[in-house]
Amino acid sequence: MKNLARYIITRLLLTIPMVFILLSIVFVVLRVMPGDPVSSMLGGHAPEKVIEQKKQELGLNRPLPIQYLDYLWQVCRLDLGDSMVFKQRVTKAIAEKLPATIELSIFGILITLFLGVFLGAYAADKRRKVQDYVIRLYGIVVYCIPVYWMGLMLQLIFGIWFDVLPIAGRTGPRVFASTFEKTGLYVLDTILVRDFSALGDVLIHLILPAFTLGLVLSGIFIRLTRANMLDVLKADYITAAEARGIPHSKIVYKHALKNAFIPILTMMGLQIALLMAGAVLTETTFSWPGMGRLLLERIYLRDYPTIQGVIIIIALVVATASLIVDIIYAIVDPRVRY
Amino acid sequence: MARVISSFTGLGKKYGLEWWILVIGAFIILAIITMALFSSSIAPFSPYDQNTGSQLAPPGGEHLMGTDNLQRDVWSRIVHGSRTILRVAVLAAIMSSIIGITLGLISGFSGGFFDRVTSLIMDSVYSFPGLILAIAFAAMLGPGVINITLAVSVIYIPTYFRLVRGQTLAIKEELYVEAAKAIGASGFTILWKYIFPNVIATTVVVFTLNVADAIMIEAALTYLGLGLPPSIVDWGMDLAMGKKFLPSGQWWLITFPGAMISLLALGFTMLGEGLAEILNPRLLER
Repeated sequence: MKNLARYIITRLLLTIPMVFILLSIVFVVLRVMPGDPVSSMLGGHAPEKVIEQKKQELGLNRPLPIQYLDYLWQVCRLDLGDSMVFKQRVTKAIAEKLPATIELSIFGILITLFLGVFLGAYAADKRRKVQDYVIRLYGIVVYCIPVYWMGLMLQLIFGIWFDVLPIAGRTGPRVFASTFEKTGLYVLDTILVRDFSALGDVLIHLILPAFTLGLVLSGIFIRLTRANMLDVLKADYITAAEARGIPHSKIVYKHALKNAFIPILTMMGLQIALLMAGAVLTETTFSWPGMGRLLLERIYLRDYPTIQGVIIIIALVVATASLIVDIIYAIVDPRVRY
Repeated sequence: MARVISSFTGLGKKYGLEWWILVIGAFIILAIITMALFSSSIAPFSPYDQNTGSQLAPPGGEHLMGTDNLQRDVWSRIVHGSRTILRVAVLAAIMSSIIGITLGLISGFSGGFFDRVTSLIMDSVYSFPGLILAIAFAAMLGPGVINITLAVSVIYIPTYFRLVRGQTLAIKEELYVEAAKAIGASGFTILWKYIFPNVIATTVVVFTLNVADAIMIEAALTYLGLGLPPSIVDWGMDLAMGKKFLPSGQWWLITFPGAMISLLALGFTMLGEGLAEILNPRLLER
């Protein structure tokens, strides 16, 4: 356990240079390119004097290195600053949107894991039979479907043609988010206040976005599970279990899958970045008020502090998520030593 | 002709399913490249022609894939749009492979401080969601074919860098490199004549899969309204335009552009998968 603690601390320290480098890249790119928050805020026809005054106010007139060092010092104090376009703290804007993205990602990855692991294990069991080829083909094809198009098609089929599921937003018009705001994860919030009709509404709104995200990523997990299962199914203890007369399905889905799951877990950490990218695109398709929508809105306004803040937080979420996966891995598999 | 066919199926017998995956992938890519090369003679209308018949006409009759709200023929726009996406995706993959391979070779070969700093930067970019980085770059660079190509290429540099650097580190220790050093070959000669040829083979598969991914990223950026001016015909932009007509049920405006993006990405993925299996059976682990 002492080793694990040291490992966690090392990993946390390693995320600092990562965030620093990304932040520097984004800072430079934002400032070097044409366009600035003042002209996007005041429009192109504002008098020169007003623009200059506003720039002075926001500190955009200072030399770039000074602005950069100033911002770094601010971030070191865990302060992301104020939005340049709205009168709003960046941390507050992010705190409002982050839970939506996290909720979507969690349900997306659950669907991915369920579909990917089950289908992958089934394909490995039926190796070189029709089922195996069909599932592998599904894996390749689904990997090549852009997540936004998958979202649009699901909206078209289930939202328009069958008209059974809502296609936008996190709740229906009758459920007001403010009445149960606690964590911002609406599923959890509604359970906490025991408002089950609201919970139903929230879940119904989650179905299409979560499936969009989950289906697209499931292809990767099918491949991973299948490859790992094939290795495990060759192992001696599987033969031994067969010899003892344990039912085949129990061997495949209980004995083998448990052991194949460990390498899948490590690969999951690497897919978190892909999950976040998918979530951003899913949000725009489903008018989901999360980090992706926030980033895009503020990019058009050239709101530097908010864009930088969003990048930092996404980097931290990715780092934290992969760290959590690694810790679970260490707990599940006692052989792992750091 | 018969000999060509028999050697074709012969390879199919030798490599099994993977060979056919490769062939289908290559066929899809060739079909779409043909579409891009001869778009003006394949498309029945000009992609900008706003006078091709009725507005929002469903597929059928004169319009294979229907028309949009400006009376433009969807099929003609698909045919012409193939040029944009192919050009951006392939150019972006070429650019990032050149930069990534060069940096990876130098970094792995020279080692030391340069290697450490470059590796740290590359790892940071690699662990961050590529699409989000591309969004930031595309937004800042502004619309344009060159700009979107740059934005897409940035996110793949670390992929090549990590692959090539790892290989270079391994090959550097080989006996033949030591022999070259012993007879007084310069660092550049060793890199270019001894290490580079051994590294390049492994990047072929990565390149193909990279193009497939770049296709989806390009379309994602233009779908979000970043990257290209509205005067250019592009599948991602057509998809974003069709999205407005989804609630009223004009399905053909989103179905066809999206299906083409998937098909093109599928072509490159299948080619890559097939190549990976045939060139190096251990690379993708079955």
